[in-house]
Amino acid sequence: MPTKYLLVILLSGIALQAQAKESAADNYKAYCVQCHGMKGDGNGVNIRDMSVIPRDHTDAKAMSARSDETLFKAIKEGGPSIDKSILMPPWGDTLSDEEITDLVKHLRTLCKCSFGS
Amino acid sequence: MKRIIIAALLGFSSTVFAGAEMLQKECASCHNMTGPTAQTLKDAFGKKGPDLFYAGNKYRQEWLVSWLQKPESIRPTGVYYGNHIKPGPKGDEIDTATLTNHIALSKGDATAVAAELMKMKPHDDLIAKEKIEPNLISKQMGEMTFNKFLGCMACHLIEPEYGGFSGPELYTAAKRLQPQYMASFIRSPQAWEPKSWMPNKHLSDVNIQKVVRYLELLSEESANAN
Repeated sequence: MPTKYLLVILLSGIALQAQAKESAADNYKAYCVQCHGMKGDGNGVNIRDMSVIPRDHTDAKAMSARSDETLFKAIKEGGPSIDKSILMPPWGDTLSDEEITDLVKHLRTLCKCSFGS
Repeated sequence: MKRIIIAALLGFSSTVFAGAEMLQKECASCHNMTGPTAQTLKDAFGKKGPDLFYAGNKYRQEWLVSWLQKPESIRPTGVYYGNHIKPGPKGDEIDTATLTNHIALSKGDATAVAAELMKMKPHDDLIAKEKIEPNLISKQMGEMTFNKFLGCMACHLIEPEYGGFSGPELYTAAKRLQPQYMASFIRSPQAWEPKSWMPNKHLSDVNIQKVVRYLELLSEESANAN
């Protein structure tokens, strides 16, 4: 195979890698755990001085009261977009819509619940 | 006289060489000295120190010289907090046993290394977009913007004993960082590091100016002297 084709293949591989979707578990570990905690129960390392404690993602009752669309909006646009705390920032520039959709599914596994259940 | 000049030149070039050599040998084992920055979370999770390949766009040289001689922790939970926390009885805690100290350099080495780091400026384009306006925001107004409207304290210590732990402390930020860098990073952390733990909160130009000024006020307070 000519070298230039090899190069094209290699370069497109690198470009794909740069845009690759992260797993929901990794995104949760990277961005959510700092406040929502390693167990997802709202007891993250940051909470000591917070005026509002982060949502407990394992709380089936509270989590089932929120639709997937509401959770998506809270992650993408931040707490104030659903009349919740400013301490929950918007992650729309960090995560793609697809990654946020995956994160919502991940939240449903943490609470073992679905909307209205 | 000629001999003195030659000796001085030799001394100067060996200092520069020592700085450059140290960057490659010592610093590169924990810091990204060449770029690009981490493009995947796997790479971001593995970071041991902050990226230094754009150090010249980021740090104040005098702070580098001083900090490298007497390094003290800036990030209570390291570069990636997930590597330095553990579950505790009341929730997650900092796992201090996993944090390591930065090596201290002699004055000569610190000066040489800082001079080399300041040459590393691949992001002049981002810096050139920022203009810091002199403004006279009160500490109270800055604090309101910072805490009530932006919630920076969720992840950052804004006083030695107040705030969150996953981000670097902010009460010394303006001592460490160039004002244009602070403005640019706040405007878009992802322009600097796509996998940054810091979200883009879409601050207006006015609020970026306010926050940078507030960070300067915080660092000027003697209680926050480091």
